[in-house]
Amino acid sequence: MITKLTAFSDRVGRTTLAMVEEVGHGALLFMESLYWLFGGWRRGQPVRIDSIFVQMIEVGVRAIPIVTVLAGTIGVMLAIQGIYTLRTFGAESRVVVGIALSVTREFSALITGILIAGRSGSALAARLSTMKINQEVDALRVIGINPVRFLVAPALLAMMVMLPMLTIWSDMVALFAAGIYVSLDLGISMAAYIDQTIDVLKVDDVLHGLQKTFIFAILITLVGVVSGNSVTGGAEGVGRVTTRSVVVSITLIVIADMLFAFLTTR
Amino acid sequence: MAKARQTKDTAQQTAPKVAIEVRDLVTHYGDRMILNGVNLDIYEGEIMVIMGGSGSGKSTFLRHIMALEIPTSGHVHIFGKDIATITSDEIFEVRKKMGVAFQGGALFTSMSVGENIKLPLRELTNLDEMTMQIMARLKLEVVDLAGFEDLMPSELSGGMIKRAAMARAVIMDPKVLFCDEPSAGLDPVVSSQLDQLILRLREAMGMTIIVVTHELDSAFTIADRITMLDKGRILMVDTPDALKNSDNERVQNLLNRRTEDVILDPDEYMQRLTGEALDRGEHR
Repeated sequence: MITKLTAFSDRVGRTTLAMVEEVGHGALLFMESLYWLFGGWRRGQPVRIDSIFVQMIEVGVRAIPIVTVLAGTIGVMLAIQGIYTLRTFGAESRVVVGIALSVTREFSALITGILIAGRSGSALAARLSTMKINQEVDALRVIGINPVRFLVAPALLAMMVMLPMLTIWSDMVALFAAGIYVSLDLGISMAAYIDQTIDVLKVDDVLHGLQKTFIFAILITLVGVVSGNSVTGGAEGVGRVTTRSVVVSITLIVIADMLFAFLTTR
Repeated sequence: MAKARQTKDTAQQTAPKVAIEVRDLVTHYGDRMILNGVNLDIYEGEIMVIMGGSGSGKSTFLRHIMALEIPTSGHVHIFGKDIATITSDEIFEVRKKMGVAFQGGALFTSMSVGENIKLPLRELTNLDEMTMQIMARLKLEVVDLAGFEDLMPSELSGGMIKRAAMARAVIMDPKVLFCDEPSAGLDPVVSSQLDQLILRLREAMGMTIIVVTHELDSAFTIADRITMLDKGRILMVDTPDALKNSDNERVQNLLNRRTEDVILDPDEYMQRLTGEALDRGEHR
């Protein structure tokens, strides 16, 4: 019994230590990435602009179709549920308020963050873990190229630029798709719907959603990199860290979203 | 007195310079000791082959002398710099003098062969594209891969990948070249071609070359000296001929691929098979 208790406490202790180590590693990676992004040129080793653009295309441009489909679907879904709920009170015409605020403040940022975590965060973890197993990361180090400057900093900057951009696109698509449904169901014109949406929305609401995406972008990148770097074994290890990066980053995104909402609405 | 000083000066001039100096190197992975007090000098311009059985610590040793690992204790000096206390600027300068051909090539799969070879030049120098192109083609000629620069690493055979990795390793004209298992997984003809390539590189560029291998033929063909590692310790460092003629039983066992007879204690063997069950009396 005592042996089992000792083994359990040993396991808890090791897991906690590993978690603390990973958080510390993530924080160091973030600081080092910022150092290379803003100070690399001073050491004659700037972060390559073309690498950043490659990442921006991968993270942002290539995600536009799936973000469009999901944002449109979420917009229509919110319109359906909003009209159904408000009809109970005979207030279905007020659905525009609910849609405008929930899309911009919450759904666009959250859904886009989760989508990019699944799409680009996992790709980052898979790429880095494969590179580590193939000794490509060691090769960079012995060549004299800092792996954080070469691999992490471009991915971080690309994610921090493209995730807010995708969220703005997602806002527009979701509101437009919801507008089509609302105008068909309630018989109000699209122009009236757009007028009402503009009246309801404040800049703060849009910014509320966008601010979160910066935090999501940092979380997705760092979880992807830390997971990728922790790989052991071969192909099985790559699969394991990829899955782990998706699960961890989605969990952290949802928790960060809740904390952000709590702190900014006090 | 003057004559004695002159003799001493001449001796200092002719003595080979040490490129890498290892003193009392000890390394642990967790509780497991991998290297246990290794001492070695690798001289400039020599081809040093590091050999040993699986688990002897040769790959770990290589990672230390490539400054990829920090020792638990002891010192590794590369060009006079201790890797445990070196600053980031100093390590950057040291690495400019090093080239590494990894076991699997470690070519960047997202780049073509040419881009792989040009990468160190692109990142560490201010050369223009045309000069980089010419230098990359020059190195590809040296490794007999001329005309392959536009192919992706996935389109190359195992031997070609190793040669491309060698071309990337020497693109900056390093003073020290490290080769990790250059012949592993290759047929004897390709393996022999790589041996000749290593000898040609030393001839042409006068670099120090450190090769980790377990291929005996390859080792005896290229080595000036061979370091034999066994269970984390150096068994012997000498010329290939001296190694062949050594009367050390363990060295001869490794060279002649003889296994050692292990005398087992019956109780210990039983304990190993039954593990905890025996302790708890569950076998009854």
